[in-house]
Amino acid sequence: MSGSAMATDATAPVSSAATVIDRATMEVDIACVGFGPAMGGFLTTLTREWTEHPDDPAFASTVAPGMPLQVLCYERADDISTGVSGIVTSARAIRSSFPYLNPADIPMATPVAEERVLYLLDPIGASRRSLTLRVGDVLLRGLGGLLGVKDSAFELPWTPGFLHKRGGLLLSMGQFNQWVGSQLMATGLVQIWPGTPVSAPIFAGNTGKDCYSVKGIRLSDQGVDRAGTPLDGFMAGMDVHAPLTVVGDGPVGAVGQALDRRLGMPPGQAQNEWALGMKMVIELPENTSLKPGTVWHTFGYPEPEIFGFLYVHPDRLVSVGIFVPSWLGDSQRTAYRYLQHYIQHPALWRYLKDGTLRSWGAKSLQESGKHGEPFLTGDGFARIGEGSGSTNMLTNSGVDEAWTTGMQLADAVVELLRAEKPFTQQNLAATYEARRRASAIEREAEEAKNARNGFHGGLVHGMIGMALAGLTHGKLSLGGTIPTAQQQIHPFSSRKVSGVKAQEAELLAEDARVGGRPLHDALMSARGWPEIELDGRLLVTQQDALLLGGKVQAMPGFADHVVFRDPNLCAQCAEKTCVAMCSGQAITQGADGAIAFEREKCVHCGACLWNCAHTPFGEHTNIDFRAGAGGLHSAEN
Amino acid sequence: MAHALQIVVCAGIVPDPLQTLEPVTGTTGPGLKNEMVLPAVLDPWAACALYEAAQLVAKNPGSKLWLVSLGPKAKLQQVMMTVGQKAVFELVPVDAPIGGFPDAHSTAAALAEAIAVLPGLDRERLLLFGGWESATRGAGVTLQLVGERLGITDQFQGVDQITLGEDGSFEVLERVEGGRHQVSVCVGTPAVLGWATGSLAEPRNNPQTGMANMRGIMPALQKAKRVELEANGLRYVSVGMPKQQRETRIEKNMAADEIARALVEWIGAE
Repeated sequence: MSGSAMATDATAPVSSAATVIDRATMEVDIACVGFGPAMGGFLTTLTREWTEHPDDPAFASTVAPGMPLQVLCYERADDISTGVSGIVTSARAIRSSFPYLNPADIPMATPVAEERVLYLLDPIGASRRSLTLRVGDVLLRGLGGLLGVKDSAFELPWTPGFLHKRGGLLLSMGQFNQWVGSQLMATGLVQIWPGTPVSAPIFAGNTGKDCYSVKGIRLSDQGVDRAGTPLDGFMAGMDVHAPLTVVGDGPVGAVGQALDRRLGMPPGQAQNEWALGMKMVIELPENTSLKPGTVWHTFGYPEPEIFGFLYVHPDRLVSVGIFVPSWLGDSQRTAYRYLQHYIQHPALWRYLKDGTLRSWGAKSLQESGKHGEPFLTGDGFARIGEGSGSTNMLTNSGVDEAWTTGMQLADAVVELLRAEKPFTQQNLAATYEARRRASAIEREAEEAKNARNGFHGGLVHGMIGMALAGLTHGKLSLGGTIPTAQQQIHPFSSRKVSGVKAQEAELLAEDARVGGRPLHDALMSARGWPEIELDGRLLVTQQDALLLGGKVQAMPGFADHVVFRDPNLCAQCAEKTCVAMCSGQAITQGADGAIAFEREKCVHCGACLWNCAHTPFGEHTNIDFRAGAGGLHSAEN
Repeated sequence: MAHALQIVVCAGIVPDPLQTLEPVTGTTGPGLKNEMVLPAVLDPWAACALYEAAQLVAKNPGSKLWLVSLGPKAKLQQVMMTVGQKAVFELVPVDAPIGGFPDAHSTAAALAEAIAVLPGLDRERLLLFGGWESATRGAGVTLQLVGERLGITDQFQGVDQITLGEDGSFEVLERVEGGRHQVSVCVGTPAVLGWATGSLAEPRNNPQTGMANMRGIMPALQKAKRVELEANGLRYVSVGMPKQQRETRIEKNMAADEIARALVEWIGAE
């Protein structure tokens, strides 16, 4: 045991007595942050090589002589099976790691059988559509019989190849992670510790080169109050020192955020594009005609900006979800109620009606693609997965790409271990980055780079841009500067609410200001969205979704991981998009206008990170999203 | 005065109760849909016993704690990733298939056999801990049988507290009707204690504890003896989930006492 006052990230949550806290330290060879597909790819590739060459001195520990390599992975969620996402993936890299993969071995997995792209008309008439779309809708309705419009949906007769995942797999993220993790743990070569959030990287110093050099990670303090002040039973988060820290903590991970704050983004790079993905896993009625392997991509409803999906797993399970993007500029955008309206669209409801909600979850997606790629390597660290900008925003795929980056890093690490070279930025760049740059995912990421450029001009503009980029393999694309996520949130004015008279909007806003019905919900009803008729089985309140579906949990003794830097600013904020977009209704407005956060409801989706319209602290918004334990607890995601 | 205790905790693993559990009937009898792929946890009752045991061991230097657990090795390993961070123990795994309702007698035989051969175990000083029932079938039979097989006749069930005396005796509080406890005094070990919840909060995850445990857990899992449990020959007439009734009400700023009153009223209305 030794005391530690090592420099951590400046905004990492440390108690007021940080400089005198005696922290336990531990030395490992490789410290891994987060367990998802990227880390799965990294650890699978590493342990494969290790298993094939067990006597290779490369796999001997340098920090504990005589012991094998000490590789420890820390995951903040209660279990590695609670990741959320319905996935359709080409699975090229995953299959290369598991050549004999039988989808039947992984619960909820099935090969892709059939793919459709549907444009959904609005049967209610409440969504806000441009003139172009309204004209198109009129034509479609008028020529419906000829064009095959059915259940207010038009199936595109032809879709570009880049949207298809032929030969791919439908997966549940939770079940896939659990399957990969159990195989890794069975090797006995690596350790994966769930329920262990990492609060910050440990930088070597605050000046010169040390400023950007990572020496390990700090685990979150426990036994603290909401503000992080030690209580009885305080347990200081341990410092884990490692020559290499592998950062795979996703798009909103605390360590990734700290690295971006300390190092900045590479010139011209920015993470301005986001989406909140929210989905349900529904058990279909017994007489369903939907077949496993069916994939639907939808657009047009419940708002033109909201894309949706439906993937049919075996055993009558279906993942259905929507993406609410940052380019939907309405400050009162929201997800859960839109999802409930989405599943009730006639084209979906004919199959989902009488179904049962099995699970529910939400996560932020980093949709900047190549534009949002941070520094991939530094002295002592490397970044993989979605947080490293690996998601392809043309094909809308991320899992296989994340897995690939993990494989690439593992190959690089083995190369460096064998050459007995240190994990410097130069060496990691020459091995990991070089592999990444030379690979297909890099080429595809370049093609996809500007695919989303047009969406700020509306759906039609965006789709044209996407088609242009996709069909020319990125050679042609729409230009444009993408504003920051904060700038994309339109300032709220009761006089400018589409579809609602100013007087009514002001009354609703005033009611919300004193803790009445949340504004986003009230405005949706005022615009003509019908109230949801709850049935207690599929259509449930948002809180019931947390309890029944996500089974959200939070161990006591951790500090709040969502922190409002200047609460006075929140009280004055007219937008409060964080309240509207909070997946778990964990962020609410009280009667006095103050903002409150309830840790027990948070699913760690990270939406609050990019849904604050105000940046009082330079580039950083008024909301800090930090590492925390708990959240979703269902394995059927 | 500290006593050098020898505590063996018997703990099964069960599907995480927070997951969606659906009874199905298979060729071997009743079980849960996709049971083998549901994440597992240490049986909650037995987990309470483990935490109580860990505290006793911590307060009595020279004591030893074993955790004997029967289940598939891969599942045991997964459970140890969490449990191993909460208490220091020596894992004694018994590799056996589980699922549905394993036969209590067969399970007890395997556990007792594993305990009987523990190196360094002094049966006269043994405190055998476990849950007073399991979270699966809840019959409350297995631990009692393990104790009997080991020749331990002083048995307590529904324990919430044990207080050690200076002379090696101990006082036990067992749950009885009406929310009360029966107080018993036992002259000394060996004894079987089937725990209810005890009085301790779930310990925090401590990575250092996890690392310390892992040095022993991994080799133990690799050496775990494989056992096949016998079928019990029972015919289950019907199997179902406990009846559930759910109502959600959102209340802001309600005092804890008021919430308690409303809950009592709601429960009583059934």
